[in-house]
Formats: sequence, C-alpha cells, structure tokens
Amino acid sequence: MSTTLTRPQQQAAPHRERQHRTGPARRPNWLGGLTSVLWLAIVIIPIYWVLITSFKAQSSYYVSNPMLPPGEPTMQNYRFVIQADFIQYFVNSVIVTAGAVIPAVTVSFMAAYAIVRGWSSRFLRAANGLFLMGLAIPLQATIIPIYLIIIRLHLYDSLLALILPSIAFAIPLSVLVLANFIRDVPKELFESMRIDGANEWTTLWRLAAPLTRPAIVTVSVYNALTIWNSFLLPLILIQSPTQRTLPLALWNFQGQFSVNVPAVAAAVVLTTLPILVLYAFGRRQLLGGLAAGFSR
Amino acid sequence: MSTSTTHQRGRGQRGFLPWLAAPALVFFVGFAVIPVVGVLALSFTTWDGIGAIQPSGLTSWRAMLSDPGLLHAIWITFLVMIASWAVQTPLSILLGTFLAGHQRYRGVLAVVYFIPLLLSSAAIAITYKALLDPNFGLGAGLGIDFLSQDWLGRPTLAFSLVVFVVSWQFIPFHSLIYQGAVRQIPQSMYEAAQLDGAGRARQFFSITLPQLKYTIITSSTLMIVGSLTFFDLIFVLTEGGPGDATRVLALDMYKRGFQASLMGPASVIAVILVLVGLALALLLRRLGGRDASQSQIEGA
Repeated sequence: MSTTLTRPQQQAAPHRERQHRTGPARRPNWLGGLTSVLWLAIVIIPIYWVLITSFKAQSSYYVSNPMLPPGEPTMQNYRFVIQADFIQYFVNSVIVTAGAVIPAVTVSFMAAYAIVRGWSSRFLRAANGLFLMGLAIPLQATIIPIYLIIIRLHLYDSLLALILPSIAFAIPLSVLVLANFIRDVPKELFESMRIDGANEWTTLWRLAAPLTRPAIVTVSVYNALTIWNSFLLPLILIQSPTQRTLPLALWNFQGQFSVNVPAVAAAVVLTTLPILVLYAFGRRQLLGGLAAGFSR
Repeated sequence: MSTSTTHQRGRGQRGFLPWLAAPALVFFVGFAVIPVVGVLALSFTTWDGIGAIQPSGLTSWRAMLSDPGLLHAIWITFLVMIASWAVQTPLSILLGTFLAGHQRYRGVLAVVYFIPLLLSSAAIAITYKALLDPNFGLGAGLGIDFLSQDWLGRPTLAFSLVVFVVSWQFIPFHSLIYQGAVRQIPQSMYEAAQLDGAGRARQFFSITLPQLKYTIITSSTLMIVGSLTFFDLIFVLTEGGPGDATRVLALDMYKRGFQASLMGPASVIAVILVLVGLALALLLRRLGGRDASQSQIEGA
C-alpha cells in the first residue's frame, strides 16, 4: 500500500514543526555531525578516485597526483574495456538479472499471498517457517550440491545455471517482505471481492498486486541489485568467457590488466553505471522499502 | 454458521491457496533445501568435483576435525565477525540517529552514503586493491606513509583492511535501518526528558538507545549471520592471504573444494557453516526475547 511507504514522511512533518517549537534540534549534534562529515569523506574518496582515474591515460597515471583530475581526460580506457567484450557481459548480466528477478518476485508474491490468506492451513504455515529458516542459513554453504545439481541437469556453463539458484536464494526475503505488505491490505477489501464472486486467483492479481505495487517494486529492485552483483555463482558455474556476467568479467579483467590501473578503474565504473542509473530511478522505493522492512 | 454452499466454497478456496505457494516451494526445495541436505550427504563421501562420488563414511570428518587449518578458519571467521560488528554497530547507530534528524542537507548526505550499498563486492575489492597499492596507489601519490604500507602483504594489515572494507560496504545499510527506527521513537518522549532537564547525551542513552533495542538485535543478526558470507569481498581482496591470515570458513570451503578438488572436506566446512548460521540466529533470537523476523513483520 502506498500509505505504508509514505508513512515516515507523513510522520516527519509534525516532528519538524514541534522541533522548532521546543527545539532539541537547536543544539547541534557535534559528534553526529563530525562523524557524518568524516564518513562522507571516507565514502566519497574511493568513488572520486575511481572516477577521475578512469579518464587518465595509462602513461600519465603513474606520474600524476592521484587525487587531481586528469589534465587531458581521455576515453581510451572506456574504449579498451568495451573492446574487451564488456557489451557481451552486460547483456549476460541483464539476461540473468531479469530472468531471475521476474520469476522470483512472481512466485514469491503468490506464495506470500497464500501464506497471508491461508494462515489457518498447517501446510502454508510450515512453508512460511521453511522460508524463514532460509534467512538464517548462509546459502553460499550450499554451493557444492548446487554445482553437482547443475552438472547433472547439464546446465553447467549456461546462464540458466545462474538463474535457477538465484531465484531460490531470492525467495525467503521476498516472501517475508511481500507478506508483510499483503497483511496491511484491509480485510474488508478481500471480503468484498469474495462477495463479488472473485476467486483467489483474480483477487491476487486484481486486488493484492495493485495495492502492494510499491512493495513489489522494492523487492524487485533489491533482488535485482543482489543478483546483478552476485559473484560466487558465476565463479563456480561458468567456464567460458562468453558466458561471464559483469562481476566475474571485472575480476578476470583485473587479473589480466592489473598494471593498467586506469583501464581497471574504467571497468569498475562501467560495471557500476547501470546500478547507479537504477538507483537514481528507484531510490525512494528501495530505501523506503528497506527501512519499512527491517526497522523497529 | 456457514451454509453448506459457502462452506464448500471456502474449502475449495483453501484448497487452491497451497497451489499458489507451490512454485516458490519447488524452487526453494530444489535449490536450497535439497542442497542443504545434499551437503550433509556429500560430507560423508569422497569426490573430486568431476569423477564418481564414492561413499567414504567419516573419513572427511575425521580429517577435518584434526586439521588445524579448520580451527584457524573458524578463529578468523569469528574475529572478522566480532571486529566488523564492533566497528559497524556504534558508527551505524551514530550515523542513523544523525540522519534521522531534519537538517536540510541530510537528504544529500543520505544519497551519497548509500552508494556503497549498490556496488558489487568485486568492484569494491578491486577499487581498494588499486587504491592502496603501496607503489602506485593513493599513499605513494600523496606521500602519505600510513596509506602506502603493504596492506595486502602483512597479516594484521590485511585483516584490518578486510574489516574496514566490510564496514565501508555495510554501514550504509545498517544506518538506514537505524534511521528508520529512530524516526519511529515518539517525539513526546524527548520533550518530556527535556522538561526534566536531560541533555543530549542523557537523552541518547536513556531514550534513543533503549528504544533501539530490537533494532540493534535485528541489525546485529543481519551483521553476524551476514559475516559468514563475506566470500566475494575477501576472495577478490586478499584471496585469504597473506598466508591464511584472512582465510575465513567460506573461503576455506571454496579453496578445498574447487581449487584442491576435495569436495568431501569442503562439504564438512559447509555443514559447519550451516550449523553456525542456524545456531547464531537462534541465539540472537533468544537474546532478543522475540524473533528477529517477527520484529520485521511488526515493523513493516
């Protein structure tokens, strides 16, 4: 529900007025302020450094001040990285991310709906317990049997090998968050759908899905981020260079050209750019949703 | 209470609901539950990752339990867990409390703070590796001796670097959790404390911190269970080195299984990882008096 996500902002408004009146905020929080400025520097310096370095010529890198922007910015590093097949890796990452996120969120949403609506069913409560347990188990520990299963399914070295476990790993948190939001849908709405003769399948897509759209977006963005950045699965399940996803390609590239620091920096920037665009696009949903999902 | 038709329909509906959960269950059982059971089974076998799987009873368990490497990996995992928790928690609470205020520049700060949350561990590790290169990195270029040490070549430095980079990556996420939680503390509590003459520090320790109790437990659970899975970052940053100074359990598992082709012993480590994860989650749940997932449900 949209109200769930906007709740913090709505609360914030009266606080602001009240604070001006009684004024605990009038006395500055020096410790917090100082820490936040310091932390800002710690966060920005590496990002700034990667960015400026990616535009430096390799020949000038070793003689220039590392914190100063290049005198003559060059695109040659980006050209070099793109020539090293990064378009292909980008496409692979898009296929794996979309191919895993869409089914993962769809099946998680259906499961979350069933768990909320069918809480009286022992089977569904057990399913919920199983998913919750998945949150406590470090799923990387299952990598050896996953490797075995993928080999037996003859999927080794294919993008599908990355997609299937990614879907499974995304399910526990997605079900948990989506179920929380479906629970917020007023019971009367379900009841009126039932009186109108709608079955559960129709209610799921016509009522629950539109009302929990912000949560669905949050969960999708979060999963997309996790899967886009995933490293262990491709490391173990991919062999051919053509099947690599971006993080694995980045690691290989770094191993091959570690002396060419500007090129490595350009590769880091290029692999990160799509996420930054996504962040600019869905920042509110991602941060608001994460806060609502974990706070308290 | 219900007529026979609605009763029947209710049953029909309830019969349909489990089918809605079926696809998620199939994926989860196939690629999470079966692998967890499978890894236990594989720990009683000998397998090189390519050939046939031979049952071998307790051989791998005996070999691993008498291997000092395992104890060392457990110790390193524990140290990383404690050190990264001790660095992240106070900073996240401080930053989260600060970000929950209503300064105008707070929004801008938040946008920048959360960037590390978006980057892949591989990209972060590669950046720090290049940035801290003793010959060509930041320290050498600026002439700062502290930064131009051989960060990856000396055990204590490499360990500190791992803890620092982990904090760099995850503090944003935990600050965000604390920011949300601090905003939920009723303002009236602070007003009352102020009438009583409590200062800012006093307010923080008497109101903010106690009110954050369950958030601290949720956040700590995520940090501690999450610290078992710092594979990508450590693998790319130090590969467990120098020597085995940063060789945590997940890395030990990977190296034995996929580099030394000893899937049996690697499975033993995986079983230990699963057990430690479950035990920690249960312990923290006890500690909190209620389930972390329960508190998440209530928080949403």
